[in-house]
Parts: sequence; structure tokens; C-alpha cells
Amino acid sequence: MTEKRKQLVLIGNGMAGISTIEQILKLTREYDITVFGQEPHPNYNRIMLSYMLEGSKQLEDIILNPISWYEEQGIRLYLGNAVQRIDEGQQIVYAADGTSVPYDELIIATGSKPFILPVPGVEQEGVIGFRDIQDCESMMQASRTVRKAAVIGGGLLGLEAAKGLTQLGMEVTVVHLMEHLMERQLDRVASRMLKLELERQGISFLMGKQTAELLGDGQVSGLKFTDGTELEAQLVVMAAGIVPNKDVAAETNIALGRGIIVDDTMQTSVPHISAVGECCEHRGVCYGLVAPLFEQGQVLAKRLAGVETEPYTGSTVSTKLKISGVDVFSAGIFQEEEHHQVLTRQDDWKQTYKKVLLDQNRIVGAVLYGDVTDAAVMDRAVKKQEIMTDELYGQWFGGSTETAGAGIAVEAMDDSEIVCGCNGVTKGNIVSCIQNEGFTTVDEIKAHTGATRSCGGCKPMVEQILSYVLGENYEQGEQKETICGCTDLSRDEVIAAMKEKQLMHVREVMNVLGWKQEEGCSKCRPALNYYLGMLWPEQHEDEKDSRFVNERLHANIQKDGTFAVVPRMYGGVTTPQELKRIADVAEKYEVKMVKVTGGQRIDLLGVKKEDLPSIWAELDMPSGHAYAKGLRTVKTCVGSMFCRFGTQDSISMGIAMEKRYQGLYMPAKFKMAVNGCPRNCAESGTKDLGIVGNDGGWELYAGGNGGIRLRAADLLCKVKTDEELMEISDAFIQYYRETGKYGERTSDWVERLGLEDIRQAVVEDVTQRKELAARLMIVINQYQDPWREVLDNDELRTGLYEPIQIAIEQ
Amino acid sequence: MNTQVNEQMRYISLGSKHAFPKHYGKLIRAGEQEIAIFHTSDGQLYALENKSPHPKGGTLTEGIVSGHDLYCPLRDLRINLETGKVYAPDEGQVRVFPLNVKGEEVWLGLE
Repeated sequence: MTEKRKQLVLIGNGMAGISTIEQILKLTREYDITVFGQEPHPNYNRIMLSYMLEGSKQLEDIILNPISWYEEQGIRLYLGNAVQRIDEGQQIVYAADGTSVPYDELIIATGSKPFILPVPGVEQEGVIGFRDIQDCESMMQASRTVRKAAVIGGGLLGLEAAKGLTQLGMEVTVVHLMEHLMERQLDRVASRMLKLELERQGISFLMGKQTAELLGDGQVSGLKFTDGTELEAQLVVMAAGIVPNKDVAAETNIALGRGIIVDDTMQTSVPHISAVGECCEHRGVCYGLVAPLFEQGQVLAKRLAGVETEPYTGSTVSTKLKISGVDVFSAGIFQEEEHHQVLTRQDDWKQTYKKVLLDQNRIVGAVLYGDVTDAAVMDRAVKKQEIMTDELYGQWFGGSTETAGAGIAVEAMDDSEIVCGCNGVTKGNIVSCIQNEGFTTVDEIKAHTGATRSCGGCKPMVEQILSYVLGENYEQGEQKETICGCTDLSRDEVIAAMKEKQLMHVREVMNVLGWKQEEGCSKCRPALNYYLGMLWPEQHEDEKDSRFVNERLHANIQKDGTFAVVPRMYGGVTTPQELKRIADVAEKYEVKMVKVTGGQRIDLLGVKKEDLPSIWAELDMPSGHAYAKGLRTVKTCVGSMFCRFGTQDSISMGIAMEKRYQGLYMPAKFKMAVNGCPRNCAESGTKDLGIVGNDGGWELYAGGNGGIRLRAADLLCKVKTDEELMEISDAFIQYYRETGKYGERTSDWVERLGLEDIRQAVVEDVTQRKELAARLMIVINQYQDPWREVLDNDELRTGLYEPIQIAIEQ
Repeated sequence: MNTQVNEQMRYISLGSKHAFPKHYGKLIRAGEQEIAIFHTSDGQLYALENKSPHPKGGTLTEGIVSGHDLYCPLRDLRINLETGKVYAPDEGQVRVFPLNVKGEEVWLGLE
């Protein structure tokens, strides 16, 4: 085998080109591949730039193919090095640094450039596009000095840029030529709702304005419009559209239109040169969204691999706006004409809007605002121009709880249809990994194919495919909730067996109950340890080897392997002496950051593991259990002690409760608040247990959550005296400890058991209430500060915290 | 510090086996290098580079030990202590270092 492998060169290291290469590698290994990228980064997810700008993602989070991937695949990668010239006769490309590479097949995937308005002043400093990481970095840089920014263009890109700049602290005005936003994707109703919401989020708008020139003396200082008015801005983002980047093909014979013209197999007019993605023009259309790129790449990959393929005939595009808290979706035709049937539902109270357009009963377009749950199914229906049915109507517009329609939709999909638009995963990819690899969960499919990894919008569809392929097996997997894969027993069965057989150790439980994995896994071990501690508070000795790192070491591990230390400040109250000690410790141990937490205390971040015990000793404060599935903090308002509105002494009550419940292990973390009046400044509505004082006593709220799934707490009861408050709180906590599943927050627990059941157990049935409270007292009486325990126990301290240093002799 | 040279490897003494508590990992700092030693319930010792193969990195010492497997502390990757291989559906390879236990004394092989 001395035959030379065919040379494949890719110009453009972005999503379109690399996804094509990925597809080719799945089909054939006959090519020796070289990739040129103009940016100094490996392939990243360009559609997530807006998240990077708003700060919710870092560069490393949006990298799709790390450098190691190119190495593993044997791909030669030139970064920060653009191809400048193609010699189509000799079949050689020449790069900026003089590198030349011959090719047998060449793919151009150079993407697009921002459309820069042809007005005077655009060449000034402070005028940028929003296309790549460098643009993002320039905007972030500018945010440190610039106060006012203008974004030209009220489309998808412009709004995402505007939101990002607002997050960076700038005053942002979006300047839009048209009278309504995203006019190429949304109708007037959705557009109006979107504008109101974005205004509420602090973005200003100038509609129907055409920019005549950019003002400034080399550094941009503002915009002048055709109507003579002006707008001040020290940063101007051009987001009025994109143009295909066809520069590299300019001096060749490749036929060019708006973009590089390709046929239905992505072939250009010159043999052995193909083009894919935003740089190309197919049947007169240049696409600027991600999904068509994958469809094009698939066709191109098959042709280059010599596999038979259907021609690419164009894409129906759908749009999702990627702004946190604003859900917008549109697909196909969004503006109705006379021959369309229009189905709409608008709710100005909940701020939701849903519209489906039918053409002779076929679904040809959809718009969603506020609630985009149905986006995946609608997207598909529009692409396929499916016939509207009663089932679908029921699903989308109510009147039926049937969900059977969704399953049928998945069944009818072609294998080549894209399910995950972010990562270009088809239905066929998912089906084959379910069948060949035996996967049964969304997580497995995510790890293997990347589907659901980025925006998560396709998760419902992936679940439907799972259920379609696995049939009843998928349902069964869902129905019985076992503790983990090590056992077929549920939580309740395991706890019953622990009681009946008097099992006292994690290992004993796994052994007696026939665990499939002898020493268990990271799911069951911590759960069993918790259940044993809950059942046998006096006999069970905590098994640290079954605890997650944070609860084992009593500090929060950070991504770099350092730890965070949060000492307890009861009720959020501290003293000058404590603050001095904290400051001294922070300086002495060179902690990387001192941060005030959301729970009214102070976090020392970036602490080395071996320094933890000394820091605790020098702080001389108890552990704040910021790492524990247990009580975190009791947030308090100032209350009657100082506040002119306060009716109850919330600080004293908060401190008493925090001292009482500190160190109690629970199924999940547990947050509390005590308020001195119904103004609720300490925010009881989002706490696991929230107390609100009033003139005649206290109200108890339960099951609130401000985290992943926002849930307002339910009113559990009202009491008149402090004693009742304490007893019901005791009972509530113990009832949660005894009946909660490990890892289940009270927000889910309250919904599972029902508020009435809990109220009966901890409020109305006084005998049971007192019994619960008494059982809790046993645990409370055993409390010992875990930091002190480590300091007093040399074996723990050296065994778990201290490294062994060895000198290396060179 | 005791050192023994053996072909490409030189073995460095880590002291007594009793310094490594059972069911846990312990950090070794050797110059710039960090190595985690795990003591399994059957008395075996394993040495892995203290670095998660996950693209975002992280440490391994603080993981949960089960049989001859480790669950990494940051992202719950399951790693085979003998081979350093990450189990599916995740993937990756942790560098494994040779260990020799002679009597009570533990020797770590470094290149």
C-alpha cells in the first residue's frame, strides 16, 4: 500500500467546513486532510457567541473541536493563516504565510462577513461587526471605557449583540431601518411583544431610522440619520446583515453571484472545487443560519466519499433567538396572506403568542413567542409541510391532552433529517446509536453524538426518538425509579430493607441487597450514606468514603481543584472582629477572591486543600456548610430591631433557627429566610422554608426555589407564637428528611407529596408533629462543628488534607 | 530521598503504605507533577496523574473509589484505576504511573 492518499484541503475552519469533514471521516479514510483557518481558534460554535458576549459562556465552553481532535484525526491544521489564492489549473492553494498545499479536492467554507453600511465614517475606531470571537473580545474590551453603544440592525444578530452589550453595562440603542424588529422572521404581534420585553430589559430602540453617516474624528462618537437627527455612541456594532465571503474565489474562474454558486451537490463551476455554508449561493439563495449548513455538508461529504446521495434542494429555515429570558421561534412563512388559514392564540397577561399558518390544511409556517415548548415539533411539521390534524391542534391549542401525534411525527422523519441543529446530528445518527450501542438515555446520546449538548432545544425530539425506537422498553425504564443502575430496588424498598434487616453500613446494604456493582457508584453511595444517617442517627457512623468531595472535605471544590471556604455568619450578622480575622486569613493564605454570597455571608475562593485546616483554625468560626446537602443559610432582613416597618424581630429568630438547624444533613440543600414584615425583603418566596412575620405572628412558606426551576413557595400555615413556629419548622424539616429522595429539593418534594399531605403531617396532626420534632431533636443534639472535628483529629487531617511532597533529584 | 533506577523509570520511595488511607486518594507532589495514589478496599494501590481527561480539566484525588474504579470529583467521569481509561459514554485516558510495593514501602515509577 504505497499509493498516495488523496489530498483534501478545506479553506475555512468554521462550523460548515468542519462538520463536512466530520461527515467525510465517518464515511471514508481515503483523504489526507489539511485545514486553513483565519482565526487563531479551533472550530467553535458561532451561534453561541451571544452567550459568550453576555458572559454566560467562556471561549472553552463553545469550542466544538479542540486541537486534540484535529491531532487524533490526523488533520494538518493551519490557524491564523488564511488562504489567499487558489491556482485552479495546478490545483494548489497558497496561504498568507507562503505555505502552498496541492489538492485533489478543495472545499471553500469561508462563511460570511458583516455587511458594513456604505456611509461616511465607517472606517473609524469603534465600529465593529459581530461575527467572531475577536468581535466579542473587542466589545468586551470597549465595555470597560464606553458608556453608550448603538447597534445598527434589529434582526437576530443585532438583538443578540444589543443584549450582550447591555449585560456588559452599556446603554444600548438598537437602530432599525424597518418599523418592526426581526421583520424577516416575525409578524407584527410577536415583534411588538419582543420589543416590549427587550425595552423592559433596558434596551432602547429607534425604529424606521436610516443611518446617513457615522460621526467622529477617527474614533466614532455618534450616528447621524437621514432625517437629520443624531445619536451619541462611542461603539457602533454593524449588524444590518451578512454577506457571503467569496474573496478567495475572486481571481479564479469560479462562477460567483451574491456568493459562490454551487449546484445541488455543492459543486462549484470549477471541477474539484466545492463550497459549503454561508459563503455559497444555492438556487439563488444564500443562507445565514446554521441548520442548512449541516444539510449541505451531508450532501457534499457523501459526494466526496463516493456514497450515493440525494441532491440538496434547499432548506426551510427556522429561527430561535438566543437571549436569556426571551423565547422566540419562527419557521417557514410567518406573515399570512389571504389564502392562508391562520390559527393563533395570544395571551398578553402571560406574554405568550402562538401562530400556525396553513395552506390548504398543510402546515407552512409557525411563530412562537414566550413559550417555545412546541418549537421542535412545529419546525419539523413546517419542513415537511405536514397536514394539520386534530391531534396536533389539541397539542398546540388545547382541547385535547393527546400527545400521540408527536410520536407519529418522529416515525415519519427521514433518517437524514437534522434533529440537533447546533451540532448537525440527524435522526439516523441517533437511531443507529440507540440500536448499535444500546443507548437508552438522552445523556448517553448527548455524550456520543452531541445532540442536546448546546442549546438543548431538541431534547423533546431526542426523547421521542428514544421512545419510538425502544418502544415499551423506554417507558419501563422510566417507570420504576431505582436508586441507580447498581440495583433494581427503589428508594422506598431500600429503606424498608434497611429497617427490617437492621442494616447499618453502606457496604452491608450493598452486600445484603445484592448490588450489581459490588462497591456501588457515585449515585448510590452518597444516597445510602444519607438514608442510613437519617434512619439511625445514633448508631450510624458517617462514612466519608461514600460522600462527595465537598461533604467529605467540608469545602467546595472549584474547577481548578482549589476550594472555597464559607464560614457561618448566623442570620447574616457579623462583627468587626470577625471581619478582621477574615481579612487577615484572606491575605495570609493569598486567597484568589473574597466574595459576598447570595446567602448573606463571605466566600473565600481559591484555597489550597492543605491550607483548609489552618484557615479554619485561624478564622475561629464554625463551618457555613456551603457545600452540604443540608441547611445553608437563614437569610434575614433587619426586622424590628432597626427597621421602621419591622413588626417581628427577624434577626433574632433567624439566628436562633440557624443555630438550631446548622449541620443537619437533608436530601438536598436547604435554604431559609426570616422576614420581619410582609415586605419580605429577605425573599421567603424562593426559599425551601420561608418565614414571614406580621403583627399577630408568623406565616410559614414551603417549597420555594430560585434555582433551576423557579417556584414560588406555598403558604403552609400561620402561627401565633414563636414556640409553634419552631415546632412546626422542626417537624417540617424532619418530615422532609424522612420522606425526601436523596437529591430531591423541597420544590419537587412538595409537588410529589402534595401540600395537603405535608400540612396534615406537620401542622394538623399534633401528635405526629411532636413525634417528628422529637426525632429531629436527637439529631440536633449530636451536632458537632465539622471543621473543629478535623482540627481535633490528626488522622483525618493528615489522611485527607495533606499531600506528600517528594523532591525530584535531577 | 531513596531512588532506584530501573531501565527508563526511576523509582522513588513514597514511604509506608499506611500513609495512604483506604478507599481514598492521596496527592503526591513531585516537582511540578501531581500524582494521585488510590488505595482500594482489596489493599491495592494505583497511581494516576492528578488530572481529569475532561477537556475542562480538574483534579482526581478527591473522587469516589469503587472497586478498581474511580468517579471523578468534578464531572463524575468513571475511570478504570488499572488502565486509566474512561468508561463510555464519556471518553479519555488518564496517565497511569507504575507502583511497586515492597513489604510496607511504596515506590513510584517516574520517567
